[in-house]
Amino acid sequence: MDVTFQFDWQAAFASIPFLLEGIPYTLLISFGGLAIGFLIGILFGLLRISPFAWLRIPAVAYIEIFRGTPVLVQVLFIFYGLPQLLGGPINALVAGIAAIAVNSGAYISEIVRGGVQSIERGQREAGLSLGLSRRQTFRYIIWPQALRRMIPALGNQGIISIKDTSLFSVIGVGELVRQGQVYIATTFNALEVYLMVALLYLAITLSLSFALRQLERRGLVGQ
Amino acid sequence: MNQDKSPSAADPIVCLEKVNKFFGDLHVLKDIDLKVSPGEVVVIVGASGSGKSTLIRCINGLEEFQQGHIEVDGNELLPHGKAGQALQKIRTEVGMVFQQFNLFPHLSVLDNVSLAPMKVRGWSRADAIETAERLLERVGISDQAAKHPGQLSGGQQQRVALARALAMEPRLMLFDEPTSALDPEMIGEVLDAMRELAREGMTMMIVTHEMGFAREVADRVIFIHQGEIAEEGPPEEVLDRPRNKPTQQFLSRVLKH
Repeated sequence: MDVTFQFDWQAAFASIPFLLEGIPYTLLISFGGLAIGFLIGILFGLLRISPFAWLRIPAVAYIEIFRGTPVLVQVLFIFYGLPQLLGGPINALVAGIAAIAVNSGAYISEIVRGGVQSIERGQREAGLSLGLSRRQTFRYIIWPQALRRMIPALGNQGIISIKDTSLFSVIGVGELVRQGQVYIATTFNALEVYLMVALLYLAITLSLSFALRQLERRGLVGQ
Repeated sequence: MNQDKSPSAADPIVCLEKVNKFFGDLHVLKDIDLKVSPGEVVVIVGASGSGKSTLIRCINGLEEFQQGHIEVDGNELLPHGKAGQALQKIRTEVGMVFQQFNLFPHLSVLDNVSLAPMKVRGWSRADAIETAERLLERVGISDQAAKHPGQLSGGQQQRVALARALAMEPRLMLFDEPTSALDPEMIGEVLDAMRELAREGMTMMIVTHEMGFAREVADRVIFIHQGEIAEEGPPEEVLDRPRNKPTQQFLSRVLKH
């Protein structure tokens, strides 16, 4: 076999400054979307376990729709589809954040539901028996415990959503993958550049894993 | 006691009239009539599944009932959980100790005890902490105040749970099998704390299998059989000279081992 290909380290390193320009977009879409997704998740996760069907049914519908369709289709729909409805273009960055928000929101709703439902019935009864209102019991007793149990699953979702943003190169946001594609179009170092792109994703997700592990460790004290 | 209709008797703090409860088709409580006077210690015994826990859980609204009426310190509970403000009031005045302790695992012992007085009674943090410390000392665990519940033994946890309930300065205390989840060597310390509370004049309703304790602290023992009050009276009567068959059978079973 004629192995003539040499991995060009120099080309790999040379691409890094250009790739780094995509990181702020990747982070903004990921964490902006996840922050909104978390709020959506809390809201719909709690509606999902409401005793009232008229609150529960819309929550179930939302969760099933946005969990059951690809995030790529969601972002294409938002970026190309919605403007036809709204009569004006949507900023690609906004479309990306919105797609991550509604997509992760659906998954986080289920995480929130599971977390809240995992708290033993006796905790609620103890809170109520002390005269705390239902709202106070939730706020001071149920939610803090549920949140701790949710951390591993939320971390998972965070990592998945960060990786999902790589799909948004299709709507032209200058995020990490898009930057890589643009760079390769002029230098043709696909191997080197995509490896660097992969390593940068890994750096982001590993940082998040590490941060969450610290949070979890602190949360476990006294459990 | 429940035949005593003389006006000189103190107004009951708890009054149940014809209370019926169903779990689906299962008739769990049948026409329960019960009055408890202030300062009285009532011990409720019966086989598991007889409805004794359900009975005291109806008093602070953790269980709904379908017929009858319950009054606690002038606040009325109606069937199907229709109570609103009254229920909140009752829960503020009635403390409860659970079989599984149900301490809040994410809060320190001190915060477990001081939370409700601050959030429900609106006490300042300083006042609530001071009361909590005093109560923890009283139940003998002041040196554990900064720990979390998971770091304590079962007996200690249950004493914290007792302090937590007492911090609300309740007028009535409900105990739902407070020693059933404890290792044998820890039962004594919890019973001691309850004994002291009884001596101080707290009104108590206790579901328990500790017959020796019942005999010692109870003013009245109630035996529940299949959702009905089968027998009631002073402990020496109900426990030593039971009149009806179910009571005799139950007692021979629990006292044998």
